[in-house]
Amino acid sequence: MKVKYFAWVRERVGKAEETIEPPATVRTVEELIAWLSGRSEAYAYAFEKPKVIRAAIDHAHVKSDAAIAGAREIAFFPPMTGG
Amino acid sequence: MTLAVTTCPVTIRIQEDDFDIAREIAILTKGRTDIGAVVSFSGICRGDEDSANIAALTLEHYPGMAEDEIKRHADEATSRWPLNGVTIIHRVGRFMPGQNIVLVLTASQHRQAAFQAAEFLMDYLKSNAPFWKKEESAAGDGWVEAQARDEEAAARWTRS
Repeated sequence: MKVKYFAWVRERVGKAEETIEPPATVRTVEELIAWLSGRSEAYAYAFEKPKVIRAAIDHAHVKSDAAIAGAREIAFFPPMTGG
Repeated sequence: MTLAVTTCPVTIRIQEDDFDIAREIAILTKGRTDIGAVVSFSGICRGDEDSANIAALTLEHYPGMAEDEIKRHADEATSRWPLNGVTIIHRVGRFMPGQNIVLVLTASQHRQAAFQAAEFLMDYLKSNAPFWKKEESAAGDGWVEAQARDEEAAARWTRS
């Protein structure tokens, strides 16, 4: 699946997007954040406060307990500040 | 008695270029005699934030989702109020104080629906549309933090 990062999450991870293949045991957004955090210090820093991070699956906002099965694109970003 | 058939064109654009409010209102109302009210909201880059001077503001967005999310809110607005037209333009890129950032136009037969729908759309855009602001000031660059008051403003429109 494709993963995208925005704003300071993107800056901390150090890339705007990538393709990942998490193990089958990673079922929810929350579990994906925990798995990503274990990849390197950059990811751990980006996701150090997981409750602050917002997520979207295929362009729709989702909660942290949302299932990631079948997702084409998952995005992680800070609370939005548009308008 | 025949009921007037009203249509509600919805225009959503995310662009780097500036917008012309008068031109957008003219496009929205052209050839229409059913519109009695147009409300226009413009969001403008401020020169100060919490007494700190802002040199510039950069707006980043999530292409694809930003359009989808704004469309969902526009559709909800048209289902909640009798609207005759909606235009939403959100700019991205780097802005200096005084420059336009966002435009919301709502058209209706009467002012109440237009006022309420414009406020609803702006409240939702602030906390639900995937845009992020980064400020440049003498103290350095920093991402703007989301305000609890913006989330509360959006929450008041939630129907129980």
